[in-house]
Amino acid sequence: MQFIKTRFNYLFNSTKGLILVAIAMVAVVTAVWGMLSGPMAELGVRDVVIKALGMKIVQSEREGRIIILYHSIAMAIVAIETYMITGLLKIKPFFKTAINAIITVGYIVTMVFGMGFAYFGHNWAFHGLYIFGLSLVFFAGVMLCIALYPWNPEYYVTDKAYAHTKSGLDLERTAFFATAVTTVISALFGAVPGSFFGNGFEVFLAENIIRYPEKTTMEYSVIGHLHIMLALICIMITLIIGRWLNFKGGWHKAAMPLMILGTIVLNLGVWGVVTPLEPIAHMIIYVGATPSMLAALFLLIWSWGKLIREGTTGIAKPTFGQKLRALLRDPLRFGPTWQMLFMNFTTSGIGIFMAVKLDEIFRVWPAREERIELTGHWHVLSAIVATIILMYYGDMIGLKGRVRQWYGWLIIVLSDIAFGAVTVFEMKRLFITEAEQQPLVNLLMYLIDFGLGTLLVILAVVMAWRLIDLFKNKGRWTEEQTHELAQEVNQ
Amino acid sequence: MKRLFPSLILFAALIASCVPVDLNAPIPAFDTGIDPNTWAQIPAGEFYFGQHEDVETTDAYEIMITDVTTAQYVNFLNAALDDGYVKLDGEQIVGFYPGDEFHGVKHEERIDAGDWLFIPLNDPAQRVKFDGGRFTIQPGYENHPMTMVTWFGAWGYCEYYDWRLPTEMEWEKAGRGIDARPFPWGDEIARENANFYSSRDPFEDMNSFGSRTSPVGFYNGKKYGDYQTLNSASPYGLYDMAGNVWQWMGDVYEGMHYRFMRGGSKDTYDMDLRLWVRNNATPTYYSPGVGFRCVRDK
Repeated sequence: MQFIKTRFNYLFNSTKGLILVAIAMVAVVTAVWGMLSGPMAELGVRDVVIKALGMKIVQSEREGRIIILYHSIAMAIVAIETYMITGLLKIKPFFKTAINAIITVGYIVTMVFGMGFAYFGHNWAFHGLYIFGLSLVFFAGVMLCIALYPWNPEYYVTDKAYAHTKSGLDLERTAFFATAVTTVISALFGAVPGSFFGNGFEVFLAENIIRYPEKTTMEYSVIGHLHIMLALICIMITLIIGRWLNFKGGWHKAAMPLMILGTIVLNLGVWGVVTPLEPIAHMIIYVGATPSMLAALFLLIWSWGKLIREGTTGIAKPTFGQKLRALLRDPLRFGPTWQMLFMNFTTSGIGIFMAVKLDEIFRVWPAREERIELTGHWHVLSAIVATIILMYYGDMIGLKGRVRQWYGWLIIVLSDIAFGAVTVFEMKRLFITEAEQQPLVNLLMYLIDFGLGTLLVILAVVMAWRLIDLFKNKGRWTEEQTHELAQEVNQ
Repeated sequence: MKRLFPSLILFAALIASCVPVDLNAPIPAFDTGIDPNTWAQIPAGEFYFGQHEDVETTDAYEIMITDVTTAQYVNFLNAALDDGYVKLDGEQIVGFYPGDEFHGVKHEERIDAGDWLFIPLNDPAQRVKFDGGRFTIQPGYENHPMTMVTWFGAWGYCEYYDWRLPTEMEWEKAGRGIDARPFPWGDEIARENANFYSSRDPFEDMNSFGSRTSPVGFYNGKKYGDYQTLNSASPYGLYDMAGNVWQWMGDVYEGMHYRFMRGGSKDTYDMDLRLWVRNNATPTYYSPGVGFRCVRDK
């Protein structure tokens, strides 16, 4: 009994344990449900999985199933980010315990009963529990906002290295607070139309209605919701990475006001799609996205500079090669910001390119080609967030030496191969015709499958290692139980 | 050597992806026994429309049981060229379209009265050839659906014979009958039901040219060599209402120049073969995966 109790305490009562459980849950869902689409379907694996697991797949319910699947994974990611926030920032113990407990129950209930409802027959009690789980996550989000409230003098900072106002208001905490508050509000933009359409189960995927000239307010709300939630998850992980790396100095002072401003304006733009401001909503979104991305760039410049400085200590005049080696010597600290930079080639850059070439691309390509580009770029963005989480996780479980190098570089290289291939796949119509595309498509599919597949294998190895570790009396988990993320912030 | 080996594999894969596709590779010839000149009678009445099964009504009409074949389209082109209904404009065939009302909606483009592209002649995927006087067909494609045809080219064909393109409602009713089935033949899809992406039909080679069209009515329960098809006709006896080629719809919606397509194609996954799934493109779009069929009023 003591054996189970101590492990349970680690897994559900420590930040690192909670993160491990959530990563494991996402890994299982990704591994199983990843076999239902794409090349796995072509190979016939999908049919085997459906039969083996006794799934009940109804053709007309595909869109609804996918929406529940997205939400199940997203809630676990939101939970991981929340654990990181409560582990990194000063939070009152009551709030920390309550938020972590509620969000844990919330995402697990969402995932288990949501997927149960969507894929294993329609038990309506499961559907109720799925909604209950989402509600718990929402409630945890509200509590997080209260806990992060930055105007409490207890949280004021005096250290001149960090961005703050004259009165001492911690601007980094304010950025976390702004992101949390806007996330909670933006969740409503999904919840309300979700209830509206879900009442009659008239679900749809946003990418399928994107070209309709007339959309209802509820449809706009869904489109706004999915865009802003992913953007907010990205903003939050940027703030988290900044805190982990102990972002400070002049770049920090410049970045945090931009992050606050960008988050608020970006949200106002997205919320505007359900108001008469809809015609100019995109312009407001661009205005908001610019300072947010600039703030992320400042984090990158600062962190790369720091890595180079630390790696060339003792060298009077380091050469370019020495600086480069210093920058790349620790993939887990270099990787997150590299992935943010790489995102510009696979997501932001593509979006801007498409917008500039609107007349030559979207006005000419069939809707299904546009759908590939749309779904491709937000899948890549989500996966980039996942890789950043995995790199931070690698650091927090204390990977060292060669294992750290292999783990970090394999995540970076494999994911970037896959994301790069997805990007070429999205844009292929610019340089190859439908009739001639198959060999290129095959190559890209191999690269995507190789990259993502191997990444999943690495994740499986890590999870298996962590599982074995749990059976050891003095396993790594015993140390992790007592170490909090804030103590390990990079000095 | 350790580093060289993976690099060589990658290089070989890259080279393989650059090998040009032989668009004129031999294609198996099969007689499906289905006459593309046959029309199905669709009675007036209610039916389930769309994914959410809204109850809608149509009048009675007739619809082709197959997509318009390349042979049928070539016959049309030869007749229409003689009549001056279509004309050669550089390396494309154009014809007159009376235009659509422009509403100035965001992203809407003008479709004015004038000559519009029916089919391109210079695209290597085009199966219709023109020798300066007559149109002919690339051998083997006679009973395949006419592809590489724009919406104007599809509209022009139907108009020439006093027919028209189906509305989305007419098309879906013809494919679905009066129940809520997702596919013309029923609730589930197997590889032998339709020509879709990687369905392993006799016309595809995923290592080279990928998917190709199949003859109209191919999935009728017949066995072709070693390949046994399932009878995949719709309740009203229409073939290829799922897969093979997307089919242009006749609807012109206010505020948008895009034209809609239904049915999925040889290039799409099975999810796009569900009867309510819509695709759309600018009316000058053409592709090896897009064709059409016509309807006529009773």
